This record gives sequence, C-alpha cells and structure tokens, in this order.
Amino acid sequence: MGPWRKPLSTLLSLRNVWVEYGDRIVIEKLSLDIAAQSFVSVVGPSGAGKSSFLRLILGQEAPSQGRILLDGEPLTPECGPDRGVVFQRYSVFPHLSVLRNTMFGLECPKAPFSARLFGSARKAAREEAVAMLEAVGLGHSLDLYPAQMSGGMQQRLAIAQALVMRPRILLLDEPFGALDPGIRADMHALITKLWRDYQLTIVMVTHDIREAFSLGTRVLTLDKRRHDPHAPHRFGATVVYDLPLDKKEQLALAEQRSITVD
Amino acid sequence: MRWVNRHVRRGEGVLLGALPILLAVLAYLVAAAQRHAQNPADKILPLPGKMADSMAALLFDADPLSGQLVFWADTLASLERLGLGIGIATLMALVVGLALGALPPVRATFGPLVTGIAVIPPIALLPILFIALGLGETAKVALIVIGIAPVMIRDITAHVSSLPREQIIKAQTLGASSWQVIIRVALPQAMPRLFHAVRLALGPAWVFLISAEAIASDVGLGYRIFLVRRYLSMDVILPYVAWIALLAIVMDLALTFVNRRMFPWAHGESH
Repeated sequence: MGPWRKPLSTLLSLRNVWVEYGDRIVIEKLSLDIAAQSFVSVVGPSGAGKSSFLRLILGQEAPSQGRILLDGEPLTPECGPDRGVVFQRYSVFPHLSVLRNTMFGLECPKAPFSARLFGSARKAAREEAVAMLEAVGLGHSLDLYPAQMSGGMQQRLAIAQALVMRPRILLLDEPFGALDPGIRADMHALITKLWRDYQLTIVMVTHDIREAFSLGTRVLTLDKRRHDPHAPHRFGATVVYDLPLDKKEQLALAEQRSITVD
Repeated sequence: MRWVNRHVRRGEGVLLGALPILLAVLAYLVAAAQRHAQNPADKILPLPGKMADSMAALLFDADPLSGQLVFWADTLASLERLGLGIGIATLMALVVGLALGALPPVRATFGPLVTGIAVIPPIALLPILFIALGLGETAKVALIVIGIAPVMIRDITAHVSSLPREQIIKAQTLGASSWQVIIRVALPQAMPRLFHAVRLALGPAWVFLISAEAIASDVGLGYRIFLVRRYLSMDVILPYVAWIALLAIVMDLALTFVNRRMFPWAHGESH
C-alpha cells in the first residue's frame, strides 16, 4: 500500500466551531472533515489559532460554539487515550527510562490504583513497548533517561510513547521544530514510515511550509479572513486554504505509468 | 586573569577552604591565651584543655542524679525531637504539596490557608503550643513541624504546579487518571525537590528545636546550653555548639548524597 492511498471515511469532523476568550475570538466558523489515514499539515502565521486548533482536537479545551465529532461521536473536552500527542518539548517524562516511558501508557489503563504492572502482564507490556521502540529506532537505548538523549531521540521516544496506545488520531505540535536539519530529515522519513505502517491519521501543526507540503496529504492554512485594525481581536481565524495534495497521488501514478510504458 | 575566570582545583579548594577556619581557630587560641595570662581563672574564652576536661565528664561519667551519660542523653533527645519533627513535616509537605500542586480545586480551597499559616512567626505560636499540648515532647515536635512544614509545603506545591503542562496532558493521552498523574508523574518528580526542601529546612528546624528546649525541657542539646549559661560555662557551650554544627553538616551531606544516588535523572548525570 502506497502513501497516497485513497482517503477513507471521515474520522474527525468540526462543525461550525468557535473559540472565544471573553470578547477575543481566536477561531471562528471552522468547519472541517478529516479523513481517516490522512496526514493533515496545519500552517499559518503566529497567533492564527494553530495551537488552539490542536488543543480543540486534543480535548484540552472545548469549543465555545459548535461541535467536534470523532467517529461520529461528540468529543469529550478532556484528553484521552484515543488521541495521542507529541509536543515540541516536554513530551517525555524525565524521571523514567526510555522503556518505562513507553510502558507508561500500557500500565495506566490496566492498573488503576498502582499504575504499575507486575508478573506476566508486565512482561507482555515490556515486549510491546520494546517492539514499538525498535520501530522508532530506539531498540538499543531502553535504559537511557531522556536527559541522556539528543532532541531527536527524545522526539522518537515521544512518538513511540504515543503510538503504543494505538490512538485513533495522532497530533503533532511542531514536533521537529527544535531539531537540527539533518535530524529533521531523519524524523520526516520516520514519521512517514510509521504513518504508512500503522495506517495512522495525523494532524501536524508546523511553522515549516516545506515540511507541511512534503509530509502532508492535505495542507490547511489557518488565518483571519477579515481584519479590523481597531479591534484585531474581534475576528478569529479559520481555514483560508485547504489544499488536498491529490496531485502527489496523480504524480506518483503518472510516474508508475511512464515507467511501465518505458 | 580576571577573578571571575579563575578556576580552583580540587586540592587548592580544600586548602583555601581550610584557611579561614584555621585562622579563626588560631585567633581564638591567641585571644584565650592572652585572657588566661591576665586571669588564669578566666571562663569566657576557655582553653582547649579545659573544654576537653569538661566534655569528658559529660561524655563518659554518668550523671549522679539521673544515672545517664549527659552528653549522649542530650544528643539522643534532641535528635529524636528533630527527627520526629522533620519526618512529620516532610510527610505533610509531600502529601499536601502534591494535592495542592496537582489539583487546582484543592489549591484554590486550601492554598490561602497554607499561605496564612506560613506567614505567622512560629515562635509566636510557642505559648499556644505549650498551653494546648503541655510542656512535654509533643509541643516541641509540634513547634518544629509548624515552623518548617508550611515553607516545605509551599515549595513542593510550587514545584509540582510548575511541571510542564505538556507532561500532564501527555500522561492523560496515555490513559492516566488524576490519581495516576499524581503518583506516576508528580510524585517521582517531587522527590528530589523534597530532599532539597528538607535540606533547606534543617537550619530552621534546629532553631525551633533549640528554642523549644531552651524554654521548657529537662534534657537536650539546647537545654544544656541554656542551663550551663548560668554558670558562664563556655567550656561546655562551645563544644556543644560545635557538635550541633557537625550534626547539621553530616545531615546535609547525607541528604545530598542520598538525593544524588536515588534520583540520578534529576541531576543531569552522564550527559
């Protein structure tokens, strides 16, 4: 299965969503469907509600108007294991080793009181975590602490930590923004591979337009449609460009065809 | 070379650090010798020999009234009070600090109360403690607890509530409940800070211990110092003060050592 497969059914829909703080409007009239297994890049100028958009999907805050549906069900305005997240920083727990960081998500739901597993359950969780860490290239760093790792390795860990939960949707908040260019290219390759292998649905907020286009199957631009110079806070941002990168798919097909013709 | 750039090697550091201490000891000896030259019975600056004699009596000879070795009985009593006080305060700091730091509604409810208690000078509460709890051990331990717990609680609260929001969100996306966030994310990261808070609380804890012992007690390091003061027994007071300093330094070093050993991740080692 190629990366440019046909989009499947709608996973996440936003219906006329507004985010307001007092009289300050951050997001207005946002309606959007996100298909399962798509890779949506979100770009836009600073202060155009990219972070608010992510917090909405994450459930960290609720819309002041409108509805958000995940699989057709209204989204609870609280973070949960169905939505994974990788932030630019502070996504991993500094007091846990790589392995324990990854096992954290497997332990919590199964052990409500101690949040720790023992015996065979622990062994199973360990094996699952190790497999996931090998998939992100941290198979040899199980016992390191985050402070002993580079920024790229920490982001790999944060991704493994999120993916081990098999989230319905993975949210990336400028995940590669703090990395060196070389490391960033490696991470791009990694996230593309994981997206394909695990058939993930990804929403990524980024500042880097090239990154947005090279990784995404769809690029959303958030910005204000209207601007009142005397009261800039009275108009919120919404989707001003919504570019499905089908061309990529067509290009890939065309390339294949031309190769077969040759 | 500018002084801000001067690097001190380990051996030099020991030497430099020892220098002022040696000078202070020397100055004391010179001053004591001068006073004794004028008045051989001087009590204000006793010579080391006199101190050793007086301390030997307290260290090795049982008190005829109580049948105890006074110095060791004092040390034991003081350390017991100090240990109990610090132990209770530490436990309170951990439990209350975690609840206040991690749970905003709890913080909103009890935060002002803790702040209010923290600004009361604990010594002002000492009469209340003696009236309410009697003159026994309870009041002394209570003074230490009231003296140091609020500061420690506020420290742990501040530390826990300043944990990156991202971590708390991440834990929830990994399925953690409030309780699990507290015991798996907040508690382990509060522990190194707790050790640090105990270290900083040691100084005040000694102050409150000595104060309580000075006012109402029949045994203890502070009690002895204030008792022999009546006889101008500097030959006992000075060694007792030195002993208290030594105990405090050992506790401080032990806490630092244990903190580093138990929580290497918090001290940025091997990177």
